Amino acid sequence: MTAPTTDPRPEERVRRDTGNWAQPVDRLSAAGVTGAKDDAVTGKRVSGPLQGFGQLWQKTFTVRLEGVDISPEAAISTWKERFPEFWPKGQRFYAPLSGIAPGEVALLEIAPVPGAPVKLSTGVLVLYADEESFTFMTPEGHTLSAWITFSARRDGDVTIAQAQALERPADPFDEIAYLLGGNRQNNRFWQATLANLATHLGVAAPTVDVQVVCIDRKRQWRYVRNLRNSASIRTVRRSLGAPFRKLTGRG
Amino acid sequence: MTATVIELDQGGPASILRIVGDITSGSEADLMAAYGLATANGASAVILDFSKLEYMNSGGIGLLVTLLVRAQRGGGRLVATGLSEHYRQIFALTRLDEAIEILDDEAAAVAATNA
Repeated sequence: MTAPTTDPRPEERVRRDTGNWAQPVDRLSAAGVTGAKDDAVTGKRVSGPLQGFGQLWQKTFTVRLEGVDISPEAAISTWKERFPEFWPKGQRFYAPLSGIAPGEVALLEIAPVPGAPVKLSTGVLVLYADEESFTFMTPEGHTLSAWITFSARRDGDVTIAQAQALERPADPFDEIAYLLGGNRQNNRFWQATLANLATHLGVAAPTVDVQVVCIDRKRQWRYVRNLRNSASIRTVRRSLGAPFRKLTGRG
Repeated sequence: MTATVIELDQGGPASILRIVGDITSGSEADLMAAYGLATANGASAVILDFSKLEYMNSGGIGLLVTLLVRAQRGGGRLVATGLSEHYRQIFALTRLDEAIEILDDEAAAVAATNA
């Protein structure tokens, strides 16, 4: 005799996505990451697009994996496993030892401009991850208060890989840098990343489509105090102090 | 994954949008259209009732952020209600709870928007 099939109770259905989300956390810890020169994340809170200072942008980068027989799940699995390899040259992503999974923290070293000798130290929290997508959220101090979701989907016979960011420059300093070229540099960064992914998966000449929309032109002056956590200012201060620390044997 | 169904109730001074099923980035057209209808009669407050929400991914929470920004730009007020403990935690994790008013149930939300 077969037991009657009934709908699960609402609370059971609610838990369908539970394992995909990071557990609530007050302060981040990058204890599970090795290799980075600097940990600018531990002790910081996360800071999403609602907590940033500058204009709110939505950026969508897509690449069609033409001629490659790969499912969205397989594309995302490869993306998660080899995420640092797809970043443009000169940028470092220190993945957590247990991989890209909900609640894990990764550390980053990013050149503020291509070829710059100074690197910004920051990181991300893996906010969400499932078989077809994963999302990073930035910590306080990052130049952008953002979420970025990496996903893949099927469009007919072709799998499409996508990165979609919802981002505000974190503070007035970052907003100026963003307007003066950071925005375009950020676009080039993700275009290069998607092209690298597509090339790795076997696309001969990948074309990355970019859509950029300013969702909110207003600046959030109540977040002007994000300056106190600024990774940019911290990096400038450390760089200026480096010769002195070297002379005094402290650096 | 199931489709998003959005029920619109315009019986009072605040419009109520009841979200049934899943909310993902694929729900954008439906949610934005429903919000447009909810505010078309001049309602300045919209209550989002999540008590029948079954699944939400990060695309869904991103969609709520863009909806919140749209509401704020138009001078409107957005109130969330009916969130399970699980979704309250996600609102806290993403710090969406700092930007959107959360009340226990529809009655409390209606009372708050009438006050």
